[in-house]
Amino acid sequence: MELNAVHREIPPRIDGYGDTSGKLFEGAFARHPSGYRSGARMRSFTPNSGSKLSGSIKDAIKASGLKSGMTISFHHHLRNGDYVVNQVIKSCAELGIGDLTIFPTALFEVHKGIIPYIKSGVVSRIMGSVNGAIGRLVSEGGLGSPVVLRSHGGRPRAVISGDVHIDVAFIAAPTADRAGNISGQMGSAACGSIGYAFTDAEYADVVVAITDNLQSYPISPVSISGIFVDLVAVTDFIGDPAGIVSGTTRVTRDPLRLLIAKYASRLIEASPYFMDGISFQTGAGGIPLAVTSFMREAMKRRDIRASFGLGGITGYFVDLMKEGLVQKLMDVQSFDLEAARSIASNPDHIEISADWYANPWNCGAAVNMLDVVILGATEVDVDFNANVNTEADGALLHGIGGHQDTAAGAKLTIIAQPLTRGRIPCVVDRVHTVTTPGDVVDAIVTEFGVTINPKRIDLLDACVDFAASREIPLIPMDELAAKAKSMCGAMEPIRTTDRVVAIVEWRDGTVIDIVRQLEKQVS
Amino acid sequence: MRRTMLYLPGNNPNMLLRGHLFEPDGLVIDLEDSVSAGEKDSARILVRDVLRGGEFGNCEVTVRINAADTDHWRNDVGAVVPCGVAGLRVPKVENPQMVRDIDEEISAVEARSAIEPGSVKIFCLLETAMGVWNAFDIAKASPRVTAILPGGEDLAADLRTSRSREGTELEWIRRMIIVAARAAGVDALDTVYPHVNDDEGLEREVGFIKQLGYDGKSVIHPNQIPVIHAVFNPTEKEIQTARRIVDAAAEAASRGLGAVSLDGRMIDAPVIRRARYTLMRAGLSTDLEMKG
Repeated sequence: MELNAVHREIPPRIDGYGDTSGKLFEGAFARHPSGYRSGARMRSFTPNSGSKLSGSIKDAIKASGLKSGMTISFHHHLRNGDYVVNQVIKSCAELGIGDLTIFPTALFEVHKGIIPYIKSGVVSRIMGSVNGAIGRLVSEGGLGSPVVLRSHGGRPRAVISGDVHIDVAFIAAPTADRAGNISGQMGSAACGSIGYAFTDAEYADVVVAITDNLQSYPISPVSISGIFVDLVAVTDFIGDPAGIVSGTTRVTRDPLRLLIAKYASRLIEASPYFMDGISFQTGAGGIPLAVTSFMREAMKRRDIRASFGLGGITGYFVDLMKEGLVQKLMDVQSFDLEAARSIASNPDHIEISADWYANPWNCGAAVNMLDVVILGATEVDVDFNANVNTEADGALLHGIGGHQDTAAGAKLTIIAQPLTRGRIPCVVDRVHTVTTPGDVVDAIVTEFGVTINPKRIDLLDACVDFAASREIPLIPMDELAAKAKSMCGAMEPIRTTDRVVAIVEWRDGTVIDIVRQLEKQVS
Repeated sequence: MRRTMLYLPGNNPNMLLRGHLFEPDGLVIDLEDSVSAGEKDSARILVRDVLRGGEFGNCEVTVRINAADTDHWRNDVGAVVPCGVAGLRVPKVENPQMVRDIDEEISAVEARSAIEPGSVKIFCLLETAMGVWNAFDIAKASPRVTAILPGGEDLAADLRTSRSREGTELEWIRRMIIVAARAAGVDALDTVYPHVNDDEGLEREVGFIKQLGYDGKSVIHPNQIPVIHAVFNPTEKEIQTARRIVDAAAEAASRGLGAVSLDGRMIDAPVIRRARYTLMRAGLSTDLEMKG
């Protein structure tokens, strides 16, 4: 066993993943690429090539040449309303295709529909975040090969560098035309940005658009050009609009979350980044949205305008742009219909790919331009390492999302969350899984105040004036951890077997941590 | 200051450990209505342990015990008084004798726990017509009594009416209690505003009770605290005027003058007292001098 730079023991070889020598995490910015990008299969299309249209998903699969043992990819813009993944896997099973590696940008609860196909061997490997029931299945050893978790930026990096080769990309297309031009902005399953699918379209050997809204050629606007798309499958429904909307656009009334958000927004206001042109990413969810709402007040009070908001975009962010408080939105994922409508109508609301958003190995992703990001975590430790992948019981339940990328890119990375969830502490001596290294986490904000990474003396100094008037209660990490311990008592240690069920890659492709199989079945 | 006294359910450790973080002036840890009959003992033990832990910021910590007509109140007093609470909030006080009974029990517990005699105060909840009618006598029944408060739901039921958003049924009662409180030299604190999502309604009600002369209000939800503080906090103009009055009075006193005049207007003792109170509420003075 070797230790990586966050002191995690990584086996030299992991079955179903390969050798880890030369792939151990060395530091947030330690590894740089050499050589050339990987590429997709060359194709041609002539006036005599015939139609790209297929009457069904099954026909499109047949036409794609998909065979057992291949790798197929999906995007998650339809979130918990997605019908495409389940339909494709079911069709593969019916066609006798198995031993597939699926490479989704994320899986949701709705995708527990593929569990029978995992058990029957149609799906033998998952590279991508696993949530809910599938996460639990994996944690308990229900998948033959380990899951490989990558961040939103790490995933396109893996594709472009050749770590992962996509044989067939299935792209849920809220609107498409017969030439394969795709847009997420129209149709009954409109989801706004389809930024996670761009790299798949460019690098897969075969690209299949699956749509329930075929429009006459050419559609406009176009997000993914038909020059990348081989086949267009038409089906009745690609998704349930109710499940596509996620996150919340209403500011929470939960007093605890409001208090945490208030401290986080004061920290931002005290930081050197709170000036004209500030950029930030706050995402969806209770605390981040409340932070945005407090920042809105602070920006008005101090007459400050933000240059851009990044990442997953909500209707609340759209309102900020309409108010003139934010000049542009860079949208890799639109969380609600207001955001989807805005991206379709406002040229200042820019659709960006995951590559553009977060890939560490291109000429500069948007996260590098970010001043402030508000993140959550299931737990953080005294070294500021954050875990977003495993729960307190050790079960794999969440993907990485853009956590690593934004933390690495932003000048001020804040993790804002309550100190405990029920009687489970969120600040511990050592996180069960390292998702994001403490080196790129600047502050933890809980209801007990702001805990600043001692490496950021400049931030501590900036807070002192505020702290003197009790506006930012500062609490050192050792006190915060002791408080969590005294409130929750000692936790029973998580018992695991030696078998590795998941690999957490840092965004540069190195192994930052592994997740081992739980010893007993989680109830 | 008792602008905001936040109720915390005695059976909810999360809230008990965090209530002070919302910076109310005081906490009211509740062993009465928010704890079901079967949970009384466990809640009492929990509250005792949390009180011993003793992290409550700058809050005045009080406990609402069970009513005198229950089997629980003596156990409540016995459990929490030794932990050093500032006061007990006593429900359904109807007559001075009830106050004297509680006083006696507190004194006994203070004596055997080496707590300074008389240090634990009593907040009397007047939740019946009889209690309200006896407000002055109740407030004078023991030197421990530090505040009287009207009830909400119970009082409405006793009056054979219901709670209205405008508080019509409480209007006369609020007026009566402020007079009784001032006559007896204790604080008048208001009942809770139960509509936790109606900040405007809360603001209106607080504006009304502040104008009547109330010192503060019971709080049912942390989000109500900043709304209430904003009403009670003096405006910048009020602070400036108060500062000029206090300065003028100080200068007159240093020159041995009895009468003070400011902007052509005579300033007498009540005006100076009110100005000091304004500065205190603004957090600019600790010079209370308010009683008497």
